[in-house]
Amino acid sequence: MITLGFVYVLAGLTFAAFAALGLHDRSNPKRFGNAAFWGLLALSMLAGDYLGDFGNGLLVLALVAIAGAGRIGRAPGGDIPAEVQATRAATHGNFLLLVALIIPAAALAGTFLFKWVPGLADPKQATLISLALGVLIALAVGMARLKPPALLPLQQGRRLLDSVGWAAILPQMLASLGAVFALAGVGEVVGTLIGTAIPEGSLFGATLAFGLGMALFTMVMGNAFAAFPVMMAAVGLPLLIEQYDGDPAVVAAIGMLAGFCGTLMTPMAANFNLVPAALLELKNPYGVIKAQIGTAVPLLAMNIVFIWLFAF
Amino acid sequence: MLVLIGILIIIAGFLLRFNPLLVIMASALATGLAAGLDIVAIVAAFGKAFNDTRYVSIIWIVLPVIGLLEAYGLQQHARSLIDRMKGATLGRLLTGYLLLRQAMAAVGLTSVAGHAQTVRPLVAPMAEAAAEARNGALTDDQREEVKAFAAATDNVGLFFGEDIFLAIGSILLMKGLLDGYGYQIEPLHFSLWAIPTAIAAFLIHGLRLRHLEKRMMKQEASA
Repeated sequence: MITLGFVYVLAGLTFAAFAALGLHDRSNPKRFGNAAFWGLLALSMLAGDYLGDFGNGLLVLALVAIAGAGRIGRAPGGDIPAEVQATRAATHGNFLLLVALIIPAAALAGTFLFKWVPGLADPKQATLISLALGVLIALAVGMARLKPPALLPLQQGRRLLDSVGWAAILPQMLASLGAVFALAGVGEVVGTLIGTAIPEGSLFGATLAFGLGMALFTMVMGNAFAAFPVMMAAVGLPLLIEQYDGDPAVVAAIGMLAGFCGTLMTPMAANFNLVPAALLELKNPYGVIKAQIGTAVPLLAMNIVFIWLFAF
Repeated sequence: MLVLIGILIIIAGFLLRFNPLLVIMASALATGLAAGLDIVAIVAAFGKAFNDTRYVSIIWIVLPVIGLLEAYGLQQHARSLIDRMKGATLGRLLTGYLLLRQAMAAVGLTSVAGHAQTVRPLVAPMAEAAAEARNGALTDDQREEVKAFAAATDNVGLFFGEDIFLAIGSILLMKGLLDGYGYQIEPLHFSLWAIPTAIAAFLIHGLRLRHLEKRMMKQEASA
């Protein structure tokens, strides 16, 4: 049976290849830092379960030291000229599109297949496993028809990852910070603070505090899942549901979505907001957040009104 | 109260534009110390969480495929497809993607699309081409804004579609939490109450996409 372990091995080998190729790129003055950074990430993917908690912690400290000292970066130049790409696009056109669609199609097909046919792959991780299989299939199909130099996919993939840089592990770092926050009881303290700030006896005031609190606390934590239990315990349950007799399904469902509006406005949700800015090579790292604020603010207001209208 | 120092460090660190990885580590250490943990325990807790959340970073395995296809001109091809479609405007293209992303997420297919899989190789170049088809060459700022809106549209579609699906993590979290407080609620009720917000998100973001398209044309006319 295929498990998530297979995907980690695949990811580990990919990062190891990026590290090795990076080390040989003499045009890059930061090649040693790059090689060390992606090499450590490869180690984490391949052997993280054997390093122990403290060992993994030291690995993270090393990653942070390399990035913090500015030792990783992309080599200048080396892009394939636009004319060459345009000529190749004219020849291969729809085939490229087909290969690009193999990955989402495989993720889609595998998600259903692995749930219907038990024993092939871990059904809980069906989508991630299918995504990885899709990558392998797309790569095999693409290589067979395009016949590029053997290392071209890994070289181009490495260049893309080098332009994302340390932001590539930002989401994983923030998720880990959330675990430390939980251990230290940060959520309870914030919940108590917000709970004491609500005007007595005002239903709309309590609804407003709940919706705004979900969005603000999500912005701080980068994740609505972390904000939800805290805001429910501080405001949602004692006030909206118990004191004002609100419908718990409405309070919970729309409260969570108010939190999602916060996710659109915070750099802490790095995988949604900062990573795409790096991936699309935007000049402003907060460009995606800037584009989202105009949707998030009115939608948050709508969510607060929806709770007020539908829950009571 | 002292444990809130980590939040202050995060906010100050991001505002002052220190390297975010350093800011996160400083925040974790300060928060842990304020809660009375020793350094070794904090590093171990962080290391355990890092190892448990490795799945967050496996998306990068798609990069060799994207790199190969882009070297052979995938982005150019995506653009030329838009050039050949007469009715494909920036607003229509991104609104169509928004609807598709919401619909897919609503049936649980959240990882089928995404910034690495679909936005960078397909949606962003198509959006640029659609804007250029109407307005001629884009300025750098316009190009930046079009690409940012392509990514934003993916996020809005995902966030306000996924909660309609019954078995998504957030619904299980809501059910588990309310169960713990003695409220038994069927997952279907949470799903249904996600629909009004999904419609509102589509309308608000769709209007903004139309507005973006008009703004691009106006800027071009006045330039």
